[in-house]
Amino acid sequence: MAQPILSQKTSPSAERRASREESVIKLASKSASYIALAAATVLAGAAMADPDEDQLVINGEIEIVTETKAPAHVENFDTIYSGWRFRSDETQAFEIDDFDNPGMLGVEAALDVWATAEGSEGKSCADCHGEPDEMAGARAVYPKWNEEAGEVRTLEMQVNDCRETRMGAEAWKYNARGMTDMVALLSSVSRGMPMNVAIDGPAQSTWEKGKEIYYTRYGQLELSCANCHEDNYGNMIRADHLSQGQTNGFPTYRLKNTKLNSVHDRFKGCIRDTRAHTYAPGSPEFVALELYVASRGNGLSVEGPSVRN
Amino acid sequence: MKKTLGLASVVVACASLASAEAVAPTDVTYEEGAVTTSLSGTPGNPENGAKLMDKGVGNCIACHEVSALSHLAFQGNVGPSLDGAADRWSEAELRGLVANAKMTFEGTMMPSFYRTEGFIRPGNGYTGKPVEGDVQPLLSAQDVEDVVSFLMTLKD
Ligand code: HEC
Ligand code: HEC
Repeated sequence: MAQPILSQKTSPSAERRASREESVIKLASKSASYIALAAATVLAGAAMADPDEDQLVINGEIEIVTETKAPAHVENFDTIYSGWRFRSDETQAFEIDDFDNPGMLGVEAALDVWATAEGSEGKSCADCHGEPDEMAGARAVYPKWNEEAGEVRTLEMQVNDCRETRMGAEAWKYNARGMTDMVALLSSVSRGMPMNVAIDGPAQSTWEKGKEIYYTRYGQLELSCANCHEDNYGNMIRADHLSQGQTNGFPTYRLKNTKLNSVHDRFKGCIRDTRAHTYAPGSPEFVALELYVASRGNGLSVEGPSVRN
Repeated sequence: MKKTLGLASVVVACASLASAEAVAPTDVTYEEGAVTTSLSGTPGNPENGAKLMDKGVGNCIACHEVSALSHLAFQGNVGPSLDGAADRWSEAELRGLVANAKMTFEGTMMPSFYRTEGFIRPGNGYTGKPVEGDVQPLLSAQDVEDVVSFLMTLKD
């Protein structure tokens, strides 16, 4: 009987990751020629797999922390990285200037809505909140415990609460385009601020529930979030370069479906890919999962709307 | 006319015989992860096995590099390279690895390709909807034999 050449303890990915760390190819900065980079990608193949060394400054002024020490409650990471660090230079470049970021079109659309009165109260978001800038910081602390409601709320839930109770307007569908655009606007004014969701006190039981979901191996393929984003970040799964699955970049404009995607859209897609029956966007399960995943990124900068493939 | 009909019924009889012989996913016997008996009773076809390594539910190269299939782009590296797999493992061990790798590597990330029970929220393919009726194995008994026969060609 042949001995298994690899055991669970020495995971192949960890071993390969360690050996690859020495051969990390330092990519040239954003000004580098894409033709040369494309050639390097072909030659280096899997050797390109770890997070690259690039730094992100948006519009020449907003510094984005894409790498920092993992928070204490994240058990299996020393360092956390934004998904931006795992994308190709071509994809990364979209975020360097707002004029090149297609996600900013959603932000612009939401700016109009922000100032438009709706509902039986005849009020707009601006009537209560002033300029969108006034909301700087909100995105960084959501999902967040709401004392009155006695529940953890995502930004989407909070937006709908304002629409229903303060404006007398109809709630938006959880992941409708207008909703995701509005969350993109709220994210854009928080860019550069560190993600800092609270996980203790009344939020703790929701956080624990999210953690349990994160480590559950769903579907016929029996894959958990951790299988892909904790054990194998930096590795390739077919053509996909696995990141740590952080949420600091949401909403993300995906080149694949050419629209802004909410956090729950992404969770749904990832669970669906395990050949599982997914949870619905806005479900208590996804709210809990969002709190847990967001907490794994505490310290990374809010980056949304980001661009991913 | 009568002769042709007779032939056709022989073919039908054989087909049902072959499927009757297939070991059901719930009846597979693992000995330290290995499966000695063929699942389908029909020898594997390595060419079809190579196709299954690339496409559909097999998609082994999503996670494994295989030099013999170097014409296929985007081979993953979540699992080890399968080059030389037949030098490291016997046919029975490879059959067990493909059918249910968790019997060899406890807790492995590799999916079980010939198993139908014990899943959490199994879906209807990649639709995100719940499965209707019984879960079908990812690969059929013959698919597993075909993949194993391809793996048996991977010698250094
Ligand atoms: C079969 C592998 C797999 C599983 C399981 C999986 N994901 Fe993903 N996930 C991917 C791939 C591939 C991508 C796109 C590349 C990347 O950013 O990692 C992705 C992207 C993401 C992103 C976007 C990251 C960014 O910066 O844009 C998030 C967030 C995410 N996943 C969370 C999760 C969560 C939460 C779970 C569990 C419910 C999960 N994933 C399960 C493969 C997986
Ligand atoms: C989602 C990832 C994944 C997929 C898909 C996958 N495997 Fe694996 N496979 C692994 C991992 C990880 C290991 C290493 C075992 C361990 O330590 O967990 C492995 C181990 C193996 C081994 C033993 C490795 C050796 O050479 O010693 C063989 C053989 C194998 N896989 C074949 C296959 C075949 C054939 C398929 C498709 C029908 C397949 N795998 C699909 C992840 C995968």
